[in-house]
Amino acid sequence: MTSTAPGAPTPGSDATRSDLAAVRVGTPPESLVVHGTPVQLIDVVKDYGAGGRALDAISLEVHPGEFVALLGPSGCGKTTALRAISGLETIDSGHVRIGGEDVESVPVHKRDIGMVFQSYSLFPHMTVAQNVAFGLQMRKVSRAESTRRVQEALDLVGLGHLGERFAHQLSGGQQQRVALARALVTRPRVLLLDEPLSALDAKVRVQLRDEIRKIQQETGITAVFVTHDQEEALAVADRVAVMNAGAIEQIGTPEDLYLRPATEFVAAFVGLSNRLDGVLEHGRVAVAGQDLVALPSAVQDGPVVAFVRPEDVLLAAAGLPAIVISTSFLGAQRRTVVQLESGPALTVQHATSEHPQPGDLVHVAFSGRPVAVAASV
Amino acid sequence: MTTAAAARVADSVEPRTSGRRPRRSRFGAVPSSTTGTIVLVVIGALFAIPIVALGWFTFTTASTGAFTLSHYAALFDPAQASNYSELFAGIGNSLILAVIVVAIVLVLLLPAMLLAELRFPRAHRVLEFVCLIPITVPTIVLVVGFVPVYQVVQSVLGSDPWTLSFAIGVIVLPYAYRPIQANIGVLNLTTLTEAARSLGASWPVAVWRVVLPNLRRGLLSACLLTISVVLGEFTIANFLGQNTFQTALLLLQQTDPYISAFFAVVSLLFVFALLVVISTAGSIGRPRRKRKS
Repeated sequence: MTSTAPGAPTPGSDATRSDLAAVRVGTPPESLVVHGTPVQLIDVVKDYGAGGRALDAISLEVHPGEFVALLGPSGCGKTTALRAISGLETIDSGHVRIGGEDVESVPVHKRDIGMVFQSYSLFPHMTVAQNVAFGLQMRKVSRAESTRRVQEALDLVGLGHLGERFAHQLSGGQQQRVALARALVTRPRVLLLDEPLSALDAKVRVQLRDEIRKIQQETGITAVFVTHDQEEALAVADRVAVMNAGAIEQIGTPEDLYLRPATEFVAAFVGLSNRLDGVLEHGRVAVAGQDLVALPSAVQDGPVVAFVRPEDVLLAAAGLPAIVISTSFLGAQRRTVVQLESGPALTVQHATSEHPQPGDLVHVAFSGRPVAVAASV
Repeated sequence: MTTAAAARVADSVEPRTSGRRPRRSRFGAVPSSTTGTIVLVVIGALFAIPIVALGWFTFTTASTGAFTLSHYAALFDPAQASNYSELFAGIGNSLILAVIVVAIVLVLLLPAMLLAELRFPRAHRVLEFVCLIPITVPTIVLVVGFVPVYQVVQSVLGSDPWTLSFAIGVIVLPYAYRPIQANIGVLNLTTLTEAARSLGASWPVAVWRVVLPNLRRGLLSACLLTISVVLGEFTIANFLGQNTFQTALLLLQQTDPYISAFFAVVSLLFVFALLVVISTAGSIGRPRRKRKS
């Protein structure tokens, strides 16, 4: 005998099949479309006393309707920056502006924000519809309009048929969708997403991140998205701010960050890079006996570190001799680590049609694409 | 099937299954239903026999042991009302004390616990330590400490029985703290309140609309345990010379053991009823889970 929550989908059940048909992100109705609002952080400092400086005079400008991701390792201050925008964290100095208005002294509940949290944050004692209606009740929206807008918001996230369920009767992905609907239904000035996908499994994460991006684009809302997953940040954001030790290392489009990292940290954190010692001279860098074009940078001629992406290293018929150390199948590609006879190890990303085996002697060559360089320390 | 559709499949089939867990125990095999029934009957008898015997005692005569209702008739006899006036006054005092002590729990302890949980997490351990101290100190030791304090209390507030609520409010702290803290422990109150505030709720509204409804079970347990402690408290009232249900019961026992036994049974049944209420309180208003075979 098994017990099942009413309406909870069970694999293979009729309920599950109807869910599959129903879980489709809708087109936002007019009630959910907003005029994007600019958000600014200006020289924001946040100290945790003995815990150290969480935000070290960071400045960030998010344009109306823009989707900006804060990317960085654990403890870099990205969540603190998001919470500073929301008002859940007070700041020690600097300015937080939403819509051009300083909001440092405005309490959280009056900042007109929508927020989705990392951990599931649906109110357990309320149904899905009651959860979504909560923000509207706080704004004293009439019951009739609230009912309509709740339904529209749930339809937008593909859960219009689950309004009577409770949080414990939903999957993690569904709970985060409801949280998204709850954050959007009040038409907030800015949508703040604090690692909303990190508790979900890989497939749901990819699906939901795409849905979040689609909804953000269609509603026109300004969004700030915190993540430590660089692939996630690059996939959804208009711009990405890479943070490290309480400071922003670089802000730019995903292409900028990946192809033109400004610092060694960004090059190492965003994507996978081969870190090679070289010598920079007149815009060209000598690496492992090869002469490569360096991306424009402020780095002085002399010893540098060059960052070569694995996809810019090729297995070739001729080139630098190397021994295969290991190889792994990634689905669409294969990644192989080789040890150059001249010294450093390189990671090579190549087609699955090539099957190098550990111990094989191969030759590698560089694609010739310009590489990022940073001053050697 | 498209990638998106495949992803939807994964998302939609993710919900936890609510099927019954297999009968496993970390201590070994789960006993059979027959064994379970025998254990239940033996333990039930252990509790029931003294209570039934006590109840039966109230229907017997002292000399012959024959069945009689005369003791109960005396309870409603106006001519003997003065024999029981102290008892009824004691019951009234205990009920007033219960109300005041529950109010102390709700007005002082609960806000302190919420503040420690939501705003001052470092105070959490201190609060827990303070709340658990009374259970480690014998009541008689506490009373010795209360006596000089109550000399001051009586000079300021008088010597009415309700003033006992301050002392009893201290000894109920462990019983009130534990169920509330257990309830807080299974909720992520910080995230829930932050979510409520981000949606436009002020602190008081977030606590009223989100925190308290989710702490209902813990609060109810705390209140009912508090009531049972107050109704069963004897030492403090006796040493501070106050008339409560337990002290009156002891006095009555010396003159009318039958009615004293009757009220003892009633108080036991009342506490059992409270325990039943506690165990079922959490399911009230919650979505019922339908069983499927």
